[in-house]
Amino acid sequence: MAIPKDKALFDYAVRLADDQLVLGHRLSEWCGRAPTLEEELALANMGLDLIGQARSLYTYAGEVEGEGRDEDALAYLRSEREFANMLLVEQPNDDFAHTMVRQLFHAAFMTPYWEAMTGSADATLSGIAGKAVKEARYHLRHSAEWIVRLGDGTEESHARTRAALDHLWVFTGELFEMDETALSLLDRGVAVDARALKPEWDRAMNETLARAGLDRPGEIAMLSGGRTGRHSEHLGHLLAEMQYMQRAYPGMTW
Amino acid sequence: MVSALDTRQDERRARARAAAAEVCDPEIPVLTIADLGVLRDVEVAGDEVTVTITPTYSGCPAMRMIEFEIVTRLAEAGFPDAQVRTVLSPAWTTDWMSQEAREKLRAYGIAPPQGRAGGRGALFGHDTVACPQCGGTDTERVSEFGSTACKALYRCRSCGEPFDYFKCI
Repeated sequence: MAIPKDKALFDYAVRLADDQLVLGHRLSEWCGRAPTLEEELALANMGLDLIGQARSLYTYAGEVEGEGRDEDALAYLRSEREFANMLLVEQPNDDFAHTMVRQLFHAAFMTPYWEAMTGSADATLSGIAGKAVKEARYHLRHSAEWIVRLGDGTEESHARTRAALDHLWVFTGELFEMDETALSLLDRGVAVDARALKPEWDRAMNETLARAGLDRPGEIAMLSGGRTGRHSEHLGHLLAEMQYMQRAYPGMTW
Repeated sequence: MVSALDTRQDERRARARAAAAEVCDPEIPVLTIADLGVLRDVEVAGDEVTVTITPTYSGCPAMRMIEFEIVTRLAEAGFPDAQVRTVLSPAWTTDWMSQEAREKLRAYGIAPPQGRAGGRGALFGHDTVACPQCGGTDTERVSEFGSTACKALYRCRSCGEPFDYFKCI
């Protein structure tokens, strides 16, 4: 594999695509298993939005690379260590509370992220952001309303949401990390400064958790590594399932 | 002075445009892609036709069907090998939907988008949506996500009917 002409831009588009694809796939795992029909539709709809965003991003990354790789090659034919998604999105669905807390953490970050990205110097990324931000707002509202319902619901739903918050909090530090790739693109006016989104994310968290009657988890040491391909054990299993058909029948189409 | 060639080109352009504009959204068959604002442009250069469309949502599964329909309709109208190009920017908005289209939606039983898009969505709270059946405003949102990405699910407390609401984005 040749080094793309603009490696930083390629890497940045791919990691952003990986985040949306992996979370989109996680949501698709709820198909046929959601607690209600309405929620079944909602989870599938959100998954579809995320996979749609990923497709645009992979297609663009393939163009930047200029080696003829298309969206399918990037989604289905890269290994676990080549995936650069953040650890949060690969965490298993577990119970509904875990799924919704993960969704809230992600959507509360992606909403201001896409808003900021609409001002990117890169016209393609800004175009993708213009669409994605409208979708992210719905995802944020949906998950925030669920967290209130669950936190302010029964003893059982409160306890499960509490456990999910405590379990997933450790992955939220990675949302705001800026590595060399992101910083170099920030200098060029292409990337978003994730660190600057923390106050807005905090506000969304505080408002939602206060309404839900849930305490915000305390400061702890955060886990990260997804951007450099160091994943939790869960990603490999997810990819094994997601990539099976393309690996078993290379080049197959529906 | 208008040459015969220009007139012929104009006629072809109008014919290609009309053929593409007839394509319906497979999920909302009362609306054409022109009504929706999904059809952005039809260019005719010599024998080549390029149709530009924009998706309503990033993952809208109807896009492939719409592309297929456009190519088919154009072939029927005498333009084989039409190309369909998808653009994302400017991002599609319900503001592009005509009054006529909104009325068609309502008559079909789908509440049309209310107001204008572009406001920053609040974390909590939602729009008041009138029931497309009885016109009553005592409605409740059942789910933010309906049968397709572009719709939410509502219920009317006055007449008891559940209905789809075309989300304002």
